[in-house]
Amino acid sequence: MKHKPSYWQEFTKGILKENPVLVALLGMCPVLGVTAFVVNGVGMGLAAAAVLIASNLVVSLLRNLIPPQVRIPCFIVVIATFVTIIEMVLEAFLPVLYEALGVFVPLIVVNCVILGRAEAFASKNKPLRAVLDGVGSGIGFTLALLLLSLVREIIGQGTILGPDPETVIHLFGADFEPMILFAQPAGAFIALGLLLAVVNSVYKRFNIK
Amino acid sequence: MDKKLVVSSSPHIRTIESVQSVMTDVLIALFPAALMAVLLFGYKALLTMVISVVTAMAVEALWLRKRDLFSDGSAAVTGLLFAMVLPPAPPWWLVVIGAASSIIIGKQVFGGIGYNIFNPALVGRAVVVMSWGARMAGPIWPQPQPFAFTADISAVTMATPLAAQQEALSYSLASMFIGVMPGCLGETSTLALLLGGAWLYYKGHIDWRIPGGFIGTVFIFGLLFGGAFYGGPFETGLFHVLAGGVMIGAIFMATDMVTTPVTANGRLIFGIGCGLITMLIRLWGSMPEGVTFAILIMNGVTPIIDNFTIPRQFGGVKKSA
Repeated sequence: MKHKPSYWQEFTKGILKENPVLVALLGMCPVLGVTAFVVNGVGMGLAAAAVLIASNLVVSLLRNLIPPQVRIPCFIVVIATFVTIIEMVLEAFLPVLYEALGVFVPLIVVNCVILGRAEAFASKNKPLRAVLDGVGSGIGFTLALLLLSLVREIIGQGTILGPDPETVIHLFGADFEPMILFAQPAGAFIALGLLLAVVNSVYKRFNIK
Repeated sequence: MDKKLVVSSSPHIRTIESVQSVMTDVLIALFPAALMAVLLFGYKALLTMVISVVTAMAVEALWLRKRDLFSDGSAAVTGLLFAMVLPPAPPWWLVVIGAASSIIIGKQVFGGIGYNIFNPALVGRAVVVMSWGARMAGPIWPQPQPFAFTADISAVTMATPLAAQQEALSYSLASMFIGVMPGCLGETSTLALLLGGAWLYYKGHIDWRIPGGFIGTVFIFGLLFGGAFYGGPFETGLFHVLAGGVMIGAIFMATDMVTTPVTANGRLIFGIGCGLITMLIRLWGSMPEGVTFAILIMNGVTPIIDNFTIPRQFGGVKKSA
């Protein structure tokens, strides 16, 4: 049998080496859809990470009970349960964020990062490893959204911590005319493409594989 | 040594054309339009063109880590074409960002000259239109002031003839042909653009099918669906050809060698498609002008057009489906 990776490796692989967004290009829908503002991007990342960790744990616990023929529906039921919980929590305690994320919150159910980790990892590993993997991938997902939304909000809006008028900081003064393209969906694709190019060259430079 | 017979492998006939010579020809072809722009809009138009060309060449040289600023000349052409489709007096930073986007997003990320999918100058224009719409559309267009080199053209601004029918009626077909109307700095003078187009055609760099299909479609569409507001259907058709960016688009943008079909039939389809989308946007779209997006969309489907119009080899058999 192959040498099993250490717990530390299970935890860190999702952050850089197998980053779900920057390397695997999974979950593009929320990545492109909600990253116009840093607050929304990070909120989305954390919500998805919470679902990911919880569903990884439960899927791992149930891995010997789920018949392989119907495993995908079973994963979806588990994931949908946690998404519903997160949705209610957001609506109750962070209504502004809940409004801003809109349809993307229920869509976490079909986020391929979560389904992918359940199928590829949690259903084949013990609970502790599954949770570590979930935490690592969740951090990686959130980091990627943070990076992309930073680029998009700074260039596309000229602000940070927007759009809430109480927290928003205008970085370049009132006369600044932001490059609105980056706040628009088309700009999301361009920004992601340029970000991936930068990330790839950094990975090459530091030999991260 | 007296060799009677030299044995070498093909190719035996070489063209003296190079990328540099083609690009120089395009620059020569753009000269009449650039001259008209300076005559009509004064020093600000000249300044815009200089900033754009210098930025494009500098960004290209930096990206390729070359010392040679002019190099193969393609960056200068992209920079000048980008300036041609800008308002006559945009802020300098808009020109710089747009020209840099043309080179980087429009060309270099795809692998440089010959590999880009979309016309780089129009990518630059799309970027600035999407980003600073208020500076690129609406009643922001300076009134041309012929032969007033130092005039402050920003003092009087208005909408382009395409924006409203009332605006359109205040320009005669003759003044639109010469270029005395508000618009992008290089697009107004049909006369100057035709001169440049004739030079390119004479040099064999452009195929009549693309401009012909483009302009013909715009004319017929304007004649049939434009309404007779400009004194009759025929005049309305002519109006749509002369107004806006159709001429510069058809002669200089849609004939770019890299981003357009290589087959003869494909080029005709490409031109007609450009004309069709332009007129759809003009007559029923939310924007007054649609040449930029028409050409960019057709650039996107160019590989498909090429695939469907591969000519049959002489003596070849049609492939069975």
